[in-house]
Amino acid sequence: MNLLIEAVQWLLDPVNWQGENALGMRILEHLGFSAVVVLVAAAIGIPVGTLIGHTGRGRGAIIAITGGARALPTLGLLTIFGLWLGIGLEAPFLALLVLALPPVLAGAYAGVESVDRATVGAARAIGLTERQILTGVELPLAAPVIIGGLRSAALQVISTATLAAYISDTGLGRPLFTGMKTQQYDMMLGASILVALLALIVELCFQLVQSAATRRAEPHNGHQHRAHSGARERIAA
Amino acid sequence: MNWLSQNLHIVGQLLADHLVLSIPPILLSLIISVPLGRLAAGSPRWRTPLLTGTGLLYAIPSLPLFIIVPAVFGFSLRSPATMITALTLYGCALLVRGAADAFSSVPQDVRLAAAATGHSRWGMFWKVELPLAGPVLLSSLRVVTVSTVSLVTVGAVIGISSLGTLFTDGFQRNIDASIITGIVLTVVVAFALDALCVLAARWAMPWQRAVSRA
Amino acid sequence: MIEFDAVHKEYPDGTVAVERFSLIVPSHRVVALVGSSGSGKTTLLRMVNRMVEPSSGTVSIDGVDVRSMDRVKLRRSIGYVLQAGGLLPHRTVADNVATVPVLEGRSRRQARADALGLLERVGLDTALADRYPAQLSGGQQQRVGVARALAADPNILLMDEPFGAVDPIVRDQLQAEMRALQADIGKTIVFVTHDIDEAFALGDEVVVLRTGAEIAQRGAPAEILANPADDFVSDFVGAGTAQRTLRIREVDGRSVVVDGDDRPTGVLER
Repeated sequence: MNLLIEAVQWLLDPVNWQGENALGMRILEHLGFSAVVVLVAAAIGIPVGTLIGHTGRGRGAIIAITGGARALPTLGLLTIFGLWLGIGLEAPFLALLVLALPPVLAGAYAGVESVDRATVGAARAIGLTERQILTGVELPLAAPVIIGGLRSAALQVISTATLAAYISDTGLGRPLFTGMKTQQYDMMLGASILVALLALIVELCFQLVQSAATRRAEPHNGHQHRAHSGARERIAA
Repeated sequence: MNWLSQNLHIVGQLLADHLVLSIPPILLSLIISVPLGRLAAGSPRWRTPLLTGTGLLYAIPSLPLFIIVPAVFGFSLRSPATMITALTLYGCALLVRGAADAFSSVPQDVRLAAAATGHSRWGMFWKVELPLAGPVLLSSLRVVTVSTVSLVTVGAVIGISSLGTLFTDGFQRNIDASIITGIVLTVVVAFALDALCVLAARWAMPWQRAVSRA
Repeated sequence: MIEFDAVHKEYPDGTVAVERFSLIVPSHRVVALVGSSGSGKTTLLRMVNRMVEPSSGTVSIDGVDVRSMDRVKLRRSIGYVLQAGGLLPHRTVADNVATVPVLEGRSRRQARADALGLLERVGLDTALADRYPAQLSGGQQQRVGVARALAADPNILLMDEPFGAVDPIVRDQLQAEMRALQADIGKTIVFVTHDIDEAFALGDEVVVLRTGAEIAQRGAPAEILANPADDFVSDFVGAGTAQRTLRIREVDGRSVVVDGDDRPTGVLER
């Protein structure tokens, strides 16, 4: 427990929040870098995933990619790209993009595919164009699942961006690795706690956005619709 | 290939280390999550705290968790206990929800039939609920298996030896064959353990096959 | 003999499912509890094997209050047939039938051997023994459900909408077989249904229930048809409809029975 107290003291020490290596800077760096990766992943993954969900073609590929991606070791990608591309932001950017794409793709695909086919058919029947169906019907209804995909991509990226400091001195992984090298356990643990908090905050923000999107997509799915008699009767076992 | 043939012995040792670090957390998280998932599925009062708690746990990045766990539990940073504990926590984070969904998927009329034929609470759990929760439980277990095998490699940066050591070594000594070997083997181990889960499930749930054939 | 004595069931949210219900079900008789949804009929049935506990009042079997019996043992001693059979999807047909004997400690082999006999008894080919429920038709599942309920040779059978999930032709067939089986085994049977025809087809005695399990009328099917107690019962049994108002018309010297729409339904034997 002493270690934890020291780590918190390190975190609260104003010295660490000033100057060139200020933690505030590191947080911004970490978040900014992660945001860029997620945005690029979204720019590629959402259109492609939506298209696959809309047309139903390429389903098998998506399932294989998302299943396989889970097995890919992040650190392996980071180090191999680091060797090939050299020290800098390119290698972590690419490695993180490889990690972020599958969940974004899967979310967009699953979201659009989960929209009730009868709803889409009805939209087509009343004369909406394919484009209108996509933007006016499928995307809003799929939004919660798409955001879910972005959420897991963002988490994955923020998490792995810490590891990125192993090959390029960036983000909150920096004090973590510096602490490890110089045996400053308070610094290492403090940085770890900070990353964990950051991830939790981002996760909570996404949860809020996702439930807002769910409320828009299913406005009347409230509690009053619970089955009245069947749900109540529990078996006395 | 040349590098691999010269380092076969080391790679074999790292592979063994990797398995020793990945299999216990997979089994432990299964053993811990099944009762917690049953609790969450059966009681609305437990459901929210359990699922929110494990959900947040999953949000914590792995490397920081590997550093926080020894500080909290009093292990030394580089001990296998650190890895196994942290990975078990992750496994539970996914599996508690998976198990809760699995138990919720057991049809109510089947529960009713089991109660009516005089299964005790305990008999109902072991002979009816657990087998019928099997298919959904399996899909979560497979996710946990694959991601655990992959996460073990992260421990290499804090000096816990596994296939991940091939990444850190390869990076420091500029040998890409080492890293590529590591990536390929990690993926192979993940898929092999995944296949093992599927085979075990097929053996344990014969009715699944019969029904899908019908 | 099963006795309901002023049983009452009120749920925590204030809904009253059963309001002070009393009834005696004599041994070896088939009693049908019939009513629409909300009549509390299923709740009554489940009180017998304690899947539902009454808020007040008692249910007793041969004079023994069921609450004094162990719940699990009680359930094993009573056969229960559920809608669509209520089979355990992960067990083969034979293992489903053998469920209760195996729970009671009988050897699996012996129980399976007995199960084959029971399958024949309910009109199923023993070749089905190693199939899983999902591989059977609805009617076959329902028969397996009956075989399972009989496996421990219980004195009492409870049936919850027993043949409600199968198509009308199979239902008629199952009802006929059930009557034949009962003539042979003479169990005490309580069954619930919303289908008055099923109640008339199987019940020695029919109890028509209103909301809250209030007894609107009880009696033999013929008595209820002959003298519906009030408009509710009359509506419920369809008295006055074309199907229920039969007349005799002489054709070629024989008495042909026709319904309210003049459609012939049979010939009167003398």
